[in-house]
Amino acid sequence: MEVLKIATAGSVDDGKSTLIGRILYDTKSLTTDKLDAIKKTSKQRGYDYLDFSLATDGLVAEREQGITIDVAHIYFSTNKKSYIIADTPGHVEYTRNMVTGASTSQASIILIDARKGVIEQTNRHFFINNLLRIKDVVVAINKMDLVDYSEETYNKIKADFSELMSKRDYQDQKITFIPVSALKGDNVVNRSNNMSWYTGESLLEHLEQLDKKDIYNVGTPRFPVQYVIRPKTEDFHDFRGYAGKVYGGELSVGDDIVVLPSKTKSKIKDIYFYDEKYKTASRRSSVTITLENDINVSRGDMIVKEGDLPTIDKQFTANVCWMDSENLTVGGKYVVQHGINKVLAKVDKINHKIHPDYSGIDSEATSLGVNDIASVTFKLNKPIFYDQFKNHRTNGSFILIDTQNNNTVGAGFIQ
Amino acid sequence: MMNKDTSHINSLENEAIYIMREVAAQFEKPVLLFSGGKDSITLVRLAVKAFYPAKVPFPLMHIDTGHNFPETIEFRDRLVEELGLELIVRNVQDSIDEGKVKEESGRYASRNMLQTTTLLDAIEEFKFDACIGGARRDEEKARAKERIFSVRDDFGQWDEKNQRPELFDMLNGEIEHGQNVRVFPISNWTELDVWSYIEEENIEIPSIYFAHKRKVFLRDGMIWSADDEVVYRDAHEEVLEEMVRFRTVGDMSCTAAVLSEASTISKVVEEIRDSTISERGARIDDKRSEAAMEKRKQQGYF
Repeated sequence: MEVLKIATAGSVDDGKSTLIGRILYDTKSLTTDKLDAIKKTSKQRGYDYLDFSLATDGLVAEREQGITIDVAHIYFSTNKKSYIIADTPGHVEYTRNMVTGASTSQASIILIDARKGVIEQTNRHFFINNLLRIKDVVVAINKMDLVDYSEETYNKIKADFSELMSKRDYQDQKITFIPVSALKGDNVVNRSNNMSWYTGESLLEHLEQLDKKDIYNVGTPRFPVQYVIRPKTEDFHDFRGYAGKVYGGELSVGDDIVVLPSKTKSKIKDIYFYDEKYKTASRRSSVTITLENDINVSRGDMIVKEGDLPTIDKQFTANVCWMDSENLTVGGKYVVQHGINKVLAKVDKINHKIHPDYSGIDSEATSLGVNDIASVTFKLNKPIFYDQFKNHRTNGSFILIDTQNNNTVGAGFIQ
Repeated sequence: MMNKDTSHINSLENEAIYIMREVAAQFEKPVLLFSGGKDSITLVRLAVKAFYPAKVPFPLMHIDTGHNFPETIEFRDRLVEELGLELIVRNVQDSIDEGKVKEESGRYASRNMLQTTTLLDAIEEFKFDACIGGARRDEEKARAKERIFSVRDDFGQWDEKNQRPELFDMLNGEIEHGQNVRVFPISNWTELDVWSYIEEENIEIPSIYFAHKRKVFLRDGMIWSADDEVVYRDAHEEVLEEMVRFRTVGDMSCTAAVLSEASTISKVVEEIRDSTISERGARIDDKRSEAAMEKRKQQGYF
């Protein structure tokens, strides 16, 4: 059994919360007390159906306004997999939440209201999914019940969306179209009897068959040292272990490695996970590594395989998603957190702003406002060890931290 | 050959260990909030694993309501001793005696809310900058929006509308003096995940989690522990003896039991898998209003 994180994107009233509620209901993931609460509230509001969006809209403000305003995480499982859905809002002003939700997801669902078709918001949702290089995207064309389950409508939307696809940067992204009705339950978990013209899988069936190769790219191993473990006890007097998480590939005992930034060479002696030694540490495992040589390694250093070095540089260009109400400006200073490494950075140049609706770029931009996406060049006060985002999602991404109030004010994807 | 990322539980474990290490690296004075419940016991296990063979580099702190199940306290003391951990205890009773909080009265009196004051005072006393807790996003709707590193202001308050975005694995623990961060390493675990982990790791937990005979009474469709010193009971509320177990272990005055025959961990896991009631469905404090948890969190509750 694996865990699959899914991001969702849709505009207001596209029925995203209803879709998630429907998934929970049809997979019998709603407990009786939660279901009772939904029934009670739906009745109080005078609905003649169950408002499944009540299952996910958590905050008081949201229930009052009937909208989702922050990323919520929803959990359910089937016999095959465990799922985490990041329910991210689709309003124009909440691009940052969508980027956030997508950053931790391996698959995503874009919702389109069948009555409205592809709208400006859809472009944006697709752009972000593509920018974040999510490998598997489902385009769920919802509210099919309100267009008489029309194949023609479905095909028209599919054709419009395919036009967008030709403009995308990440061409290998897999896209699957599914006509659904979240309210009525068509093609969400169970296949629909109302659309005999559609012979594909239901949404859940699609997610169930996703394999590791469908959601992860094979990269090269990167091991940022998080913490140095020195027990100084009698049994482990000289023990010096480097704790961290393996990204992008595997590391094995005996591997020839290089420690960055010192470029000192060594070999992996042991790989510990708790009190057991292993021959290999797979990607995303949190292990402790010891090296053959007694060299000086500290937090923020990176252990990589010899002959497989990342770029080591004091400047880089990245696509930045700006998330703060105060503008990013040329010359502005921020902390770049790249993985666990923090360095001081200065905005050298805003190359161009990218309109996330695929309407082109703006080369005249001198500052970035909240939810703007732009290509920005940074200069750093010391080198970092990075890969291009397209080759390494973890080692090619970073966040920007405001030096005054410490808030996370932006995210970047290195080009 | 290690293959840690194929299993769902292992990937959650890897994530939690990563978070534990970030706490130790990014903060000067972290503490692990320990309630004696299964979630905090799981946290202790993850902390031990994260830093092996070194000792856990932060203490545990228990905010004691004085209304605990005695089994939990015995268990706590034994665990701390066996693992050689440092334990700090601060008592809600002291906050009451000092006049900082007022004991609730009546049928639904509970010390659960009062914990907040004692906790915030202890954070200030020890100058803790990070408090690790066992909250999970699947527990409750407002918690579903909680970050892994959740910044609290000088008053311990949660500003849910202005949370730092968390991208990829990157955790931003930068704070100003006086602020602190609540850290939730098992955010992404479900109740079933925790139980499965306890089973897989063979982790010892207090006996009240297993089916046992207990004197109880019924109120509002829930099973209350009949402990007259702690739980207010009306004369007409009849005491019965039933086989029960607890799904969460909070203050005795706000934790309801469930009827159960599950006397072993594997039977508990099986029961949870088939359960149709959510875990917090047995938390009396959440029933106060639909927005009960969110309100408590804004005030600094864990």
